[in-house]
Amino acid sequence: MKIELNGTAREDIATVAEAVAAVSEARRGLAVAVNGDVVPRSEWDRPLDEGDSVEILTATQGG
Amino acid sequence: MDKPTHVAPPAPRTGTDSELKIADRTFDSRLVLGTGGAANLAQLADAITASGTELVTVALRRVDPHAGGSIVDVIERCGVDVLPNTAGCFTAEQAVRTARLAREAFETDWIKLEVIGDEDSLLPDPVELLDAAETLVADGFTVLPYTNDDPILATRLEEAGCAAVMPLAAPIGTGLGIRNPHNLALICEKIKVPVICDAGIGTASDAAQAMELGCAAVLLATAVTRAADPALMATAMRDAVNAGRAARLAGRIPKRHLAQASTSFEGMANL
Repeated sequence: MKIELNGTAREDIATVAEAVAAVSEARRGLAVAVNGDVVPRSEWDRPLDEGDSVEILTATQGG
Repeated sequence: MDKPTHVAPPAPRTGTDSELKIADRTFDSRLVLGTGGAANLAQLADAITASGTELVTVALRRVDPHAGGSIVDVIERCGVDVLPNTAGCFTAEQAVRTARLAREAFETDWIKLEVIGDEDSLLPDPVELLDAAETLVADGFTVLPYTNDDPILATRLEEAGCAAVMPLAAPIGTGLGIRNPHNLALICEKIKVPVICDAGIGTASDAAQAMELGCAAVLLATAVTRAADPALMATAMRDAVNAGRAARLAGRIPKRHLAQASTSFEGMANL
């Protein structure tokens, strides 16, 4: 299954939780959007669909 | 030259001043520090401490698996609150989505709302900004919008339910200081929620001027983070905000066209 994770094509990821684990060891201070919509932490075990765009964001320096 | 110690003493109190109250929170410090532009996290931590701030902004970006250190840890160690922003958003929809992600990441419903209209000036897009503010207020957010120095737009944002309004002094990162002090004063007179001067501050006198004009607080980043000595500039900004606030409360003398002797001529010797 092809998805896009933070702008990169991936074929080895099936759930939101796996996507999170693929980019960060941290669990705090993260937020996940699938196709632009927030996925709350409580729903991170949810499976992804073909072609989903997953964005995993965290704090960075900014004014 | 002795290196100054960057430990913030308690803010001087005037006896008539009160804490800054935004929504349901109160702050002793009237300086909000943006974290953009710092050379490294250690330097940023020193600047946060020196500034005496209790609230710092952060942006939300893709996780960088190779990033060394976390700004969230730095902020936690400094014991200050996080104010996430929507920096980089050009539409209301983008800003609203970013705000919802920020709420999830930082477990706060406070958001510094930025909706930019133009890459060169980074000036706010007033139409998109108001649209996003209305949506976020309805969604339960405590919205602090970065806005143009336009008294009418500030009024519309207040009417939309924003917890503060944050008019710019000058475009982001320019350090040009307050370009339209008259408009800023008009906004301060008109708006009942806290007015926080945000963006364009270059040096301490700009921050003092914002407070003298009636602002409740000042938000700045670049002026500190890109100064040659960020912690020392943070100290200067802390003192400038306190001085400007005290001067505002003290009531400045009216400006006069001609001199007025401060020393009486009475009893002057006939020499």
